[in-house]
Amino acid sequence: MFQFCTDPSLLSDTRWMLCYLTSPKHIAFYYSFGTVLGLLAITAPCALMLGFGGAVAMRSKIAPVRWFGRGYTSMVRGIPDIVFFLFMPIAVDQALEWLRHKVICPDWPDPVRRGSDFVVCAEAKLPLSTSAAWVHDAYSIFLAVLAFSIVFGAFAANVLSGAMTAVPRAQMETAEAYGMSRRQSFWRILVPQMWVYALPGLSNLWQILVKATPLLFLLGITDIVYWARELGGAKTSTFSYPHPDWRLYYFLFLLVFYLALTSVSERLFRRAMVRLSHGQATMAGEAQRKADTNEVTA
Amino acid sequence: MKTVLIASAALALTAAAALAQDVVRMGTEGAYPPFNFIDDATGEVAGFDIDVGNEACSRAELNCEWVKNDWDSIIPNLVSGNFDTIMAGMSITPERDAVIDFTQNYLPPEPSAYAALSDDVEIGDAVIAAQTGTIQAGYVVESGATIVEFPTPDDTIAAVKNGEADAVLADKAFLEPFVNEDPDLFFVADDVLLGGGLGVGLRESDTELKIKLDAAIQSMKDDGSLNELIAKWFDERPGF
Repeated sequence: MFQFCTDPSLLSDTRWMLCYLTSPKHIAFYYSFGTVLGLLAITAPCALMLGFGGAVAMRSKIAPVRWFGRGYTSMVRGIPDIVFFLFMPIAVDQALEWLRHKVICPDWPDPVRRGSDFVVCAEAKLPLSTSAAWVHDAYSIFLAVLAFSIVFGAFAANVLSGAMTAVPRAQMETAEAYGMSRRQSFWRILVPQMWVYALPGLSNLWQILVKATPLLFLLGITDIVYWARELGGAKTSTFSYPHPDWRLYYFLFLLVFYLALTSVSERLFRRAMVRLSHGQATMAGEAQRKADTNEVTA
Repeated sequence: MKTVLIASAALALTAAAALAQDVVRMGTEGAYPPFNFIDDATGEVAGFDIDVGNEACSRAELNCEWVKNDWDSIIPNLVSGNFDTIMAGMSITPERDAVIDFTQNYLPPEPSAYAALSDDVEIGDAVIAAQTGTIQAGYVVESGATIVEFPTPDDTIAAVKNGEADAVLADKAFLEPFVNEDPDLFFVADDVLLGGGLGVGLRESDTELKIKLDAAIQSMKDDGSLNELIAKWFDERPGF
């Protein structure tokens, strides 16, 4: 990074620190914060969509769809997250490879499972072993997003389905009285009003999702926890920047990062709650209405 | 025009074939200097394993790419095809050989050593730190001492430093820099010789790759270049 970094062993303390903190290894550490934020940015909407689908399925009039919705939420909620995170990527990866194998090379003479080996033909591998390193990274992140979305989608489905039942029945009856169809009253009356009931649950879920991102490390993605442990460990003179065990400081830094992230999102959720409560027949909405009328009369 | 098209199509096909041919993904841990570690200067893996692997790949005319993977899941990821070889300071043992295949060794058996905070530790009834799934961990269990296992080599050293364990058992080449540079750490007891040297781990079904890498390592032994690499990364090791 800096001109004077060529031989770190000759540097003064400040310069050494400056060079140390801008070494390519540290740059990879800083990038990994982007990985975590990116994962959150993709996973949250995916989980919300899955959750919405699950909640709608749970309310469906068609019994098999309802069973599917119920089965999905109760199954995922009942299994420890960590088991799911370890199981999903391997299972999905092998399932996809097996399907591709059946389609692309049906003439393959050897069995796919040989002892402990899982071998598909070279053309069916996912991603192909010829693809660039970033494709492999993107694929493992895709598997991670899938695992996170399915788990958090199930929790979101439960929250949203609860929120849908919390919308006052009178609202729906009024909609029906106006002659709206089931579909119309769902989209025009129920969905816009349910968010205020869903928000406390969803904000809680978001916080749990933020806290769950270190699980990425378990899926073999070099996330911030991986780099903090790698950079913090004691380094001998085999390395350019020898130092004693500094893991405490690196983990302290992560602690501050996660705390900042959750406190910022808490503030945003509070603001969203104020907006959504506006004009709602809830306590918060009623309080807002009273405050407004007081202002007008005063 | 037509010939140009055909020629370029043919060229594209051969180029694709050349690309598709023999990309070998090499799994390593990246946390066990001097065998494999992440270099400060590049942010990429470096070390003895990586030097040997790159040289063997160029001799076997393979296009190799390094992949980092945690030690405890390195064999499962090899057999499920996430990468094609393991070069992570892994010793050849009968237990591992039952699950995966090995090439001939590219480093003679490296002595394992005990390091501790004082030189009067009685190894027989001490608490010994070792990395999970290593030959050293297996040896400690057999020796009757109490074992505490850790997922990374770093953690085993840290355990001795903070008093959680009385001594650590690991490859001597890994411990040497710590003992040399840390005035509190000493080698204790006698070294033990474990395993059949370091080999390249492969899937049992991957015989073709095994033949190629075996030949490459043999040629490196024959012309002495492997001994040069051993001398570059290790102090006073016999070589082949």
